[in-house]
Amino acid sequence: MTVRIGVFICHCGHNIASTVDVEDVVEYAKGLPGVVYSGRNLYSCSQEGLTSIKESIKNNELDRVVVAACTPRTHEPVFRRACEQVGINKYLFEFVNIREHCSWIHTKEKEEATKKAKKLVAMGVAKVALLEPQEEGESDVVPKAVVIGAGLSGLSAAAALLNQGIETHIVEKEATVGGILRDIAVIGPDDVDAQELIRSLTETVEKSPKAHLHLSSKVTELKGFIGNFELTIEGGGKEETVQAGAVIVATGGVEHRPEGEYGFGELKGVITQLELEKILGSGELGARRIVIINCVGSRQPGREYCSRVCCNASLKNAVRVLDTDPDASVTIVHRDIMSCGTVAEELYREASDRGVRFVRYGLDQRPEVSSEGEQLVVEVFDETLDEKIDLESDLVVLATPIVSPGDSSETSKLLKVPRDKHGFFLEAHVKLRPVEFATDGVFVCGSARWPVSARECIWQGQAAAAKASIPISEGKVVIEAITAVVDPEKCAACGNCVISCPYDAIEIVDTESGRAARVSEAQCKGCGTCVAACHNDAIQQKGFSSRQLGAMIDALIRATAEVSR
Amino acid sequence: MTEFKPDILAFCCNWCSYAGADLAGVNRLQMPTNVNVVRVMCSASVKPEYVIKALSQGIDGVLVLGCHIGDCHYMTGNHRTAKRIPLTAKVLEKVGIDSRRVKLDWVSAAEGDKFQQVITEFVEEIKGLGPNPLREVRF
Repeated sequence: MTVRIGVFICHCGHNIASTVDVEDVVEYAKGLPGVVYSGRNLYSCSQEGLTSIKESIKNNELDRVVVAACTPRTHEPVFRRACEQVGINKYLFEFVNIREHCSWIHTKEKEEATKKAKKLVAMGVAKVALLEPQEEGESDVVPKAVVIGAGLSGLSAAAALLNQGIETHIVEKEATVGGILRDIAVIGPDDVDAQELIRSLTETVEKSPKAHLHLSSKVTELKGFIGNFELTIEGGGKEETVQAGAVIVATGGVEHRPEGEYGFGELKGVITQLELEKILGSGELGARRIVIINCVGSRQPGREYCSRVCCNASLKNAVRVLDTDPDASVTIVHRDIMSCGTVAEELYREASDRGVRFVRYGLDQRPEVSSEGEQLVVEVFDETLDEKIDLESDLVVLATPIVSPGDSSETSKLLKVPRDKHGFFLEAHVKLRPVEFATDGVFVCGSARWPVSARECIWQGQAAAAKASIPISEGKVVIEAITAVVDPEKCAACGNCVISCPYDAIEIVDTESGRAARVSEAQCKGCGTCVAACHNDAIQQKGFSSRQLGAMIDALIRATAEVSR
Repeated sequence: MTEFKPDILAFCCNWCSYAGADLAGVNRLQMPTNVNVVRVMCSASVKPEYVIKALSQGIDGVLVLGCHIGDCHYMTGNHRTAKRIPLTAKVLEKVGIDSRRVKLDWVSAAEGDKFQQVITEFVEEIKGLGPNPLREVRF
């Protein structure tokens, strides 16, 4: 059979092209067996890139497509859809990863990375030539969702799901809902009553007959797939198994406790921003001279990120101190004031106008806090004055970042979802899939992903709920055509596959060719365990057949010889 | 003599180790260029024949990476990998191929750093073993 393969190599802007010589790979691909077209795109996944791929497919009468770009775990559906739109069965598409698995991990070895990209492309081309068109099946979706975490993001997600009539389990490890918000009285910059916000969301949850709130509980096991998850929830000495179609991770973050820094934990009157929130909430300030130090434990080696919410919290609290006691003095010792957006910038101006002092310090000359009798003294090198100044104070507030909770690594292992080096969860794609994990049916929102403001918690919670409700409201999910099929002619009915299948999806039946194994497509999850168990090569997994994988090995060997010439 | 650059094939399961490799990329963890990844749905779908084919045709080393035991996306798939791959290595040893050329390890979706470590160490180990004696067969 002659095939007409098209190869599209992606620059991904500089992400791939700054390491891999894309033009060289394009030229190399032109000589691979079956390739009739090879081209490149600046961003293959952009509208422009996809249009150009579709045009090339039509103009060159291609019947199989290879895209060498990023990871199939995020972008395969995008290109499969493009293939379908121009009449190519989406299973005649093969994805080659030359970004995560090549350019990003070999940034300083351009020549070797280019050679490797050629090999990977050659392997993809060899596989695509042998792929076959497939039809997909469908499976029912359990019309329930599980939200892990009942902070502002989790509650927002749960309320949004419940408002759509979706049965929702909310699992919270603490004894009460609300998360960080429990310690906050007023949310800036619009002065929203935090407790009222929690109360109204909790009311939505509690009033709904479809809500199941599991407090002091945690998820201890997750099995299954999108549409058919099975979770074990443990709490109060009880264990419960819950079925769900989708899972939302809203495990949030916690305030960093800067033990030993700036006298925290040692000097009386040195507190964190959340502790100030609590004092302001109680209405008993009892201090007239307040110094807030920003960026304590953030934007420094080891924890490089900006926590984003602390500057605005400092500004809001400075203004609230002045609201409580107009004669109080407030100084914000900062590295930069990050008050982005219109409303927060207004808050900064208001704070300035009302006499809040701003003193800028550098990372190499951090402020020092000491005590002199009853009062605290903050010694800071003011970069504007270019000299050291002493700030006498009654209260020193440390604005520390939101950090990932200590058990996030446990959650990550349990749900098999990735985290970044700071312990925050990583979404499937920062722009295209911001509230989804690469694993279908699992979503993320709020500070579990990155430190976010209350407003962002709400909108991300609602966004995750909207995404999670798609499979639930559709009621069906498509089963990827990667299931196993038996060739009864080759099958000796030995039963090895039957015992190896984790899903009991195989049985031995009578066929026209005698006794042979048969795979129940609805039960098969496409792991391929049976394929490797078969001594006769009689079972093949669609899209991963032994011929296809064998051809990839051959291609690697051939390509290695070619590129090292 | 030119420097020996091993050619290595790695089978990574879609759910854990392939995702772990993606994470290593996202975090820009640098590693040797010798390893070429083939995505499979589960490490248990890696037929011993693939390992044998690759090594007998001169590939210098084969890595099989799956989810940690107990974490397999397909429940118990990797229990089979855990038996199958070491057995394959033993068989290869019998026909004169150093069993250290086959390595099985577990890398979760959250372990980009472990992926980097496994790759780096395996490349070093294979460099230490030298070229696959069957290399001549293919070139």
